[in-house]
Amino acid sequence: MANTQTHNDSNHNDSLLRFMTCGSVDDGKSTLIGRLLYDTKTILADTLSHIERTSQKRGMEAVDLSLLTDGLQAEREQGITIDVAYRYFSTGTRKYIIADAPGHEQYTRNMVTAASTANLAIILIDARKGVLTQTRRHTYLAHLVGIPHIVVAVNKMDLVNYDQAVYDKICADYLAFATEIGLAQSKSAAGNDISFIPMSALNGDMLVDRLDNMPWYAGPTMLEMLEAAPTAHSEHAEPFRFPVQFVCRPHASDNPELHDFRGFMGRIQSGEIAVGDAVTVLPNGYTSKVKAIQIGEEKLQSATTEQSVTLLLEDEIDTSRGDMIVKSGDVKEPVKQIEAFVCWLSETPMSTARTYIVRHTTRESKAKVGTISYKVDVNTLEQQTTTDLKMNDIARISFKLAQPLMVDSYAENRSTGAFIIIDESTNNTVGAGMIV
Amino acid sequence: MTTTKKPNHKPLSHLDWLESEAIYILREVAGQCSNPVLLFSGGKDSLCILRLAEKAFRPGKFPFPLMHIDTGHNYKEVIDFRDQRAAELGERLIVRSVEDSMKRGTVVLKTPDEPRNKHQSVTLLEAIEEFGFDCCIGGARRDEEKARAKERIMSFRDEFGQWDPKNQRPELWDLYNARSHKGENIRAFPISNWTEMDVWQYIEREKLELPSIYFAHQRDIVMRNGAIVPVNVPLASGEIIMPPKANEEVINMQVRFRTVGDITCTAPVISDADNVSKIVLETATTTITERGATRLDDQTSDASMEQRKKEGYF
Repeated sequence: MANTQTHNDSNHNDSLLRFMTCGSVDDGKSTLIGRLLYDTKTILADTLSHIERTSQKRGMEAVDLSLLTDGLQAEREQGITIDVAYRYFSTGTRKYIIADAPGHEQYTRNMVTAASTANLAIILIDARKGVLTQTRRHTYLAHLVGIPHIVVAVNKMDLVNYDQAVYDKICADYLAFATEIGLAQSKSAAGNDISFIPMSALNGDMLVDRLDNMPWYAGPTMLEMLEAAPTAHSEHAEPFRFPVQFVCRPHASDNPELHDFRGFMGRIQSGEIAVGDAVTVLPNGYTSKVKAIQIGEEKLQSATTEQSVTLLLEDEIDTSRGDMIVKSGDVKEPVKQIEAFVCWLSETPMSTARTYIVRHTTRESKAKVGTISYKVDVNTLEQQTTTDLKMNDIARISFKLAQPLMVDSYAENRSTGAFIIIDESTNNTVGAGMIV
Repeated sequence: MTTTKKPNHKPLSHLDWLESEAIYILREVAGQCSNPVLLFSGGKDSLCILRLAEKAFRPGKFPFPLMHIDTGHNYKEVIDFRDQRAAELGERLIVRSVEDSMKRGTVVLKTPDEPRNKHQSVTLLEAIEEFGFDCCIGGARRDEEKARAKERIMSFRDEFGQWDPKNQRPELWDLYNARSHKGENIRAFPISNWTEMDVWQYIEREKLELPSIYFAHQRDIVMRNGAIVPVNVPLASGEIIMPPKANEEVINMQVRFRTVGDITCTAPVISDADNVSKIVLETATTTITERGATRLDDQTSDASMEQRKKEGYF
């Protein structure tokens, strides 16, 4: 790929990290984000003067950095945050996309939404309060949605006199809980990790600057952790998965070379591919070899995870949107029954009598609810029997599918293990599924 | 099977990642919608999207036409560039004009010199109905403005083109839902996750050509309420608009535009950046947001963009 360096190295970002923040306004989440934006000089003068005026109007002495993440008028009128907001900053070596989700239990669906694209989660704990129910909820959800890197930020250290004993106790409590839900053990296998950091978002301790209030903490600052976090799609090699999005057949072109051109366009969801590799197209099972790999009209010898490319095959194969191209050594049988953890997103409860649409990669299938094994209480993590599913509920459910899907388990692959549920009558996205 | 073998590949660079995501979104629109259209103004963001569409669909034709909603108050340089670019690409360009809506009586200006930007919504909705478009692809970015931070990649609009912030579809992973019923509309934003800096870095990397007014040039301006206001601007028709007021002193200055839109509401900034790498440098050190510096229409209230979006604006 073309990879032109910019003239100023300080502007050249060579990687991108998506992360999310879990916590409520009371934990200092908005202040944390506001300070990251402010200290990395993402906030420009006009925005700052605007929040200065607002802070004054609200009778505050210092500038309230949490105003930087203040929501929409519609939300301000209701005094709540109702949705995931996306914010951006850059350090010169890395670009960041923050998914900022409200942390309250009524917003499980927003947390799941934010987590779905995040590679790292910052879980905020108020140093005065320690590990709370909401900490457990946030951790469970981050784990469920497969976020590989967790940073536990013990905030408001200024309010406990920067006491190391308080911090150490919270870390120990958290680790005990993480072990209980299996998060700590999965550490080596899938590349998951948990890190801890003491901080004061309000003062700025251990965020971008260390300051000198916590000499007993020798670990990295928050920004150093973010800069060092792996951005790779996965820590381990994954099989090649290429859902076909669009088929390019420019036969009307006046260029005779293009008469037989048949390009399969899509994004590599996982793995790698090179010219000459033997491939199988599912669900039909046709086999061929990769003749060429292109981005636009530029030719590549190989391509990797998350690249959007066009594949040309040696043989003429009838392939359309929704098919999955895999390497011939990695073929997996498409299935017509799946079992998944589902987070219900819609205000209209799930109806077991109805047929829904499941969208998995670029393929859709009608689906009928089979059995609901149990519902998970996100606060106690207890399994409860249930016959229905309401907004923000998470349950283990089986579905019968009209069309075969080539799936992986979500634990193995966050792309081919995920699906959304669509209500055909409204076209709304009503559920999110993670295949067991 | 989970294996502990490390992948051989390096993660994509941030520009490659953004490019790849945008191509993926464009192809999802093509795969899911039956009659999409790409909104193209000749501005820098939409020029990036054209390059992304080339990478997404060449050697084929774009699976959608291009469309510009012309306020009639656009810089001649931008309109000429728009036509030139569409012709070079060999793609179909539809132009619909706010002035035609004024003739039809569907757009009524309060005063003859009222900015026409917000009236684009009416003309856009008329064009959507005329052609039966089920999806409009646009160049909006989430970093542009507060009201956009929660915008979806596939944003749902009802029959009146209205954006209801409380009635948007959750968007998880990269599983976008662009379904709509007849009369409803999806607005798709392939560069949602790009910042102004990303756009300029991409323009630099891809060596994209831009309308000349993005680069430093001499221009007659006046200072009005603290803003730089261009005056005596010639239109493509030969008409000259934006006369200075009687008491205003006209100054000839070196300026460039950071954003390009309707003349009456787009202000230039003082700059000597006459090429893309100088603009990248300047963008890195600027202290004012793109809209704060240059849009004369967003400053009326904190929520003005949100209000306009609810009324069907992009």
